[in-house]
Amino acid sequence: MADSNNLGSSVSGKNKIIVRNLKKSFGSLEVLKDINIEVSEGEVVVLIGPSGSGKSTLLRCLNQLEKVTSGQIIIDGHDVTDKHTDINKVRENIGMVFQHFNLFHHLTVLKNMTLAPVHLKILSKTEAKDKALKLLERVGLADKAEAYPSQLSGGQKQRVAIARALEMNPDIMLFDEPTSALDPEMVGEVLAVMKELAKEGMTMVVVTHEIGFAREVASRVIFMEGGYIVEEGTPDEVLDHPKEARTIDFLSKVL
Amino acid sequence: MMMIIQTYGTMLIKALGQTVLLTVLSLVFAMIIGMAFGLMNVGHNRLLNFIGTVYVDAVRGVPLIVLAYFIYFGIPQGIHSLGFTDFRMGPLLAGTITLSMNCGAYMAEIIRAGIQSVDRGQMEAGRSLGLSYSAGMALIVVPQAIRTMIPSIINQFIITLKDSSILSVIAFPELVNVGKTIMGNTMKCLETWAIIGAMYMVVIITLSKVSKKIERRVNRGR
Repeated sequence: MADSNNLGSSVSGKNKIIVRNLKKSFGSLEVLKDINIEVSEGEVVVLIGPSGSGKSTLLRCLNQLEKVTSGQIIIDGHDVTDKHTDINKVRENIGMVFQHFNLFHHLTVLKNMTLAPVHLKILSKTEAKDKALKLLERVGLADKAEAYPSQLSGGQKQRVAIARALEMNPDIMLFDEPTSALDPEMVGEVLAVMKELAKEGMTMVVVTHEIGFAREVASRVIFMEGGYIVEEGTPDEVLDHPKEARTIDFLSKVL
Repeated sequence: MMMIIQTYGTMLIKALGQTVLLTVLSLVFAMIIGMAFGLMNVGHNRLLNFIGTVYVDAVRGVPLIVLAYFIYFGIPQGIHSLGFTDFRMGPLLAGTITLSMNCGAYMAEIIRAGIQSVDRGQMEAGRSLGLSYSAGMALIVVPQAIRTMIPSIINQFIITLKDSSILSVIAFPELVNVGKTIMGNTMKCLETWAIIGAMYMVVIITLSKVSKKIERRVNRGR
């Protein structure tokens, strides 16, 4: 859909996400050192690794919440590292779910969901509302449309956050440790929604510590450490038959 | 006491009106100035940051009475020396500029602090949905910041109302100025200043009562 819009430099290909030679530094600290990834349509890529390995930073580079230091990121054929690309337009097609939900505290659940599409004139007010109610039903929160975020549990907040991202009709979804801030009994409800999404063919990149989720849902697992991709492959290859010593070491600690 | 009220009652009420007029005008402009400089200071543009900081530091670094003299006496002289000898600035205009600039600088700080108190994730969530920085500010960050800013803003309103008394030095006919006249005419210092003090108090206490109500209403939705 976005391909028909003129968003600046365009590169064709069926890959949804292409990352080439990505480097990212915060001051003198190099967090990402030469990252190369390709994600094709419908793939669910799970990033795992110890904290500080750069996986969240990598995810945040994909929609340019972090500016890259060097390298190229192509989303849906649009080079987002190119200054001439309208990043706001590209972001409309990339949903993002945050560790701390980041729901808008001053708005109801419904308004949280309809704010962006209505402001950006993607949907009319009525369309947005109808769609939001359907999405809320899908994530099991149809009765919470008029509630404020402060009245929801963590799991409910995160499900609203996912619904809010889906309201924009994205074709890529990024998840930044979506269950890390949740009480253990609420992790399941959020993962269930994510599994549902994966099954429907959504292209997803997920940073998580939920190895079980990776094993069950991921089409590919990437293990990162120290700003490098150490190992990547199917869940079976990376999680059950890791080759690299650092992967084995990490998995022995988390499993 | 009764003599003063009988003789000077209308004059005092008029003066109170002038005080309120000057304060309200200044608050309106101060909000605009404060919003502009406050936003400059939270943005990531170095030049705007610099301009914002210079403004706030300059105004806060000068006593209000000096600023008033500078604007009322200094600026017209400067403009005259440029050849525009017809230029005139009345006490109301000079007073409004002085108070707006002063209050605006403090307001900028209140607004900056309010905006920075909103979690960064709020803006990030907005941006990730495709909103521009300014849309994120206007629709997400500022509405949340205002809630935390309201007590400080009302406090600043009260300070500005009291600061308006300083403009008696540039012949603006507000309460203190009129009080000086009454004191000169009657020699009844105790009564005069008690009455003037009471008038300020009534307005300010009413204002803080109203502010408490607003605060409670705003916090209800949270």
